[in-house]
Amino acid sequence: MKLADLQKIAEQEVDFQRAYKYRINVCCSSGCMPLGALKVLEAFEKAVKEFGVEKECKVARTGCPGTCSVGPVVVVEPGDYLYQNVTPEKAREIVRDHIVLGLPAKDLLYSNEQFFKKQKRLVLRNAGKIDPYRIQDYIAMGGYSALVKCLATMTPQGVIYEVMTSGLRGRGGAGFPTGQKWSLVARAHGSPKYIVANLDEGDPGVFANRTLAEADPHAILEGMAIAAFAVGAEKGYIYIRAEYPLAIQTLQRAITQARSMSLLGNNILETSFKFDVELRLGAGAFVAGEETAILASVEGRRAMPRPRPPYPANSGLWGKPTLIQNVETLANIPLIIMNGGLWFSKIGTPKCTGTKCFSLTGKVNTPGLIEVPMGITLREVIFDIGGGVQKDRKFKAVLVGGPSGGCIPETHIDQPIDYESLKNLGAIMGSGGIVVLDDQSCMVDTAKFFTEFCVDESCGKCTPCRVGLTKIKGIYDAITQGNGRMEDITVLEKTSVYIRDASLCGLGQTAPNPVLTTLRYFKDEYIQHIKDKKCPAGRCFKTKEGEQ
Amino acid sequence: MSKEDNRRMLLEKALKEYDFQASALLEILHKAQSIYGYLSKDLLMDIAQSLHLPPSTVFGVATFYSFFNLTKPGEHIVTGCLGTACYVKGSEQIMQAIEREFNVKRGGTTADGKLSLFVTRCIGACALSPAIIVDDEVIGKATKEVVIERIKQLLGGSNQ
Repeated sequence: MKLADLQKIAEQEVDFQRAYKYRINVCCSSGCMPLGALKVLEAFEKAVKEFGVEKECKVARTGCPGTCSVGPVVVVEPGDYLYQNVTPEKAREIVRDHIVLGLPAKDLLYSNEQFFKKQKRLVLRNAGKIDPYRIQDYIAMGGYSALVKCLATMTPQGVIYEVMTSGLRGRGGAGFPTGQKWSLVARAHGSPKYIVANLDEGDPGVFANRTLAEADPHAILEGMAIAAFAVGAEKGYIYIRAEYPLAIQTLQRAITQARSMSLLGNNILETSFKFDVELRLGAGAFVAGEETAILASVEGRRAMPRPRPPYPANSGLWGKPTLIQNVETLANIPLIIMNGGLWFSKIGTPKCTGTKCFSLTGKVNTPGLIEVPMGITLREVIFDIGGGVQKDRKFKAVLVGGPSGGCIPETHIDQPIDYESLKNLGAIMGSGGIVVLDDQSCMVDTAKFFTEFCVDESCGKCTPCRVGLTKIKGIYDAITQGNGRMEDITVLEKTSVYIRDASLCGLGQTAPNPVLTTLRYFKDEYIQHIKDKKCPAGRCFKTKEGEQ
Repeated sequence: MSKEDNRRMLLEKALKEYDFQASALLEILHKAQSIYGYLSKDLLMDIAQSLHLPPSTVFGVATFYSFFNLTKPGEHIVTGCLGTACYVKGSEQIMQAIEREFNVKRGGTTADGKLSLFVTRCIGACALSPAIIVDDEVIGKATKEVVIERIKQLLGGSNQ
């Protein structure tokens, strides 16, 4: 495969797609599948045949356009008509009205323009538009041309320079400058070098990486190949949660296809560059998302972190230099190469460039997967994109950053979303979870829930995390059962600070965030629980038989 | 060929596929669990010998990761998602209702071996929360009535 061949495939595919007047994209990702997406897909295929329009209307199986709350969803092109809650019966109706008569079936359309208005889809550029099982679909959208550009016209240093110029920072949560990391690995001594793509999306309430893998797997592979070219790696692993069977299957297919077109393997695009990718399955350990723990897990050991230095850039997998990058970060790379680092640096805020995918869930009217420019406010995300709080209840707090994130009250939701602002509020970017809570949620119970999660997931290696979190959990049990004492608040605060400052890895260091933020913004609820033995939201003090 | 021989052959195939490399331990455990349904002590010993690893290492890894089952699960498996989004939407209450209705504790199996109840921390179906998985079917926007009805159907079916 050469550059010319790739262009030929792209042209052929574009011609092939142009031959159809309409294209019906049926979302078949994990969000819509349980709601019967495959039956809807079948119904569309049957309906276009029934009405004799199969020559002008292509039915495609695609990934997720993001509106997971109204699935199964279907998008009809041209015009991006989004149909919601589609059933096999409605599928026939849509074909009859929209394709045959040319009149979009208005009453079935998703009418919420607000959901998309403030979004900017870069990472999710192809999500819901291409068939993830067909590499040709990706190539037709300009896929793999960034890899071609790197191999044909750029040096590894040139690639790193572009990534540095872009200002891109790691999307796994910590926000380390990507270009800088690449430069460290490129300069590190040792061979072979490795790349580990992190798809161990362990934060409960987050599904952005999964959606990306299910909708556009080649964007991840292309990003990995470009990174490999830049840092001099020959082998890459994608570490993915076993809980994501569809994403695993989609990626596995994509790897096989890329290999067969010599976009992975030896002599990529007839150059001397070689790089191959293998999947590694996680097995349900939240701590495995930590960068030294993920290495242990890829090597087949218990996912326990180790102290740094040495950093993985110098001593990673089997002691060799290793680049660890979240898949969302990697999916940005092809765009940066094609459009230039400078172009990317103008999106978002000066210190925090580009976009971020968020999983918007909880008590919000339109939950789903969104991608927004950095610097947008939480209020815009919750009230404009998310349509506000469900059933017109009162907004209480928003959890940002997963179980080790923070609970932010309404007074602070006009802050822009970027790594620094969130940190100042006591939260973290994490892997991009936004969970909205209404007045039925108890903040003490919420903090207790996260603490229990972190107790379960603590690997037990270092004492502050293992013992400290268990102690905190005990205090929460006492408070929520009516045995709290006022001095517990001080103990919670002090223990949290110890855990944060003394833990070995990111899990322990951030685990007290929910405790500290709820104490900071909702101390009155703790006092009500302790002094009045009352839970304003009515969640706590339940007997075993009691129910919400 | 007996069922047992057949399973052993599949495991052998997986071991060969990964070239008996110790670094593929997690992959092998995944394969073994999908073949046998759970990881028994004998099976773990077998894997340890095949990969030339100390049994303690294999046992250590198998117990570290929550995805691996070390005891035989029931005929039907119900898994409740207790991820943040599902918890906020009330999955804990559904879990409690299942526990009461079928007299089973989370992580355990009913006395007749028909039903196991497990907990998962997020399957990524957060926009469908609360989500409960009954055998392989994901029930989105679940209520305790729907879930209990579905489980009753399954259990009833297996009696016939």
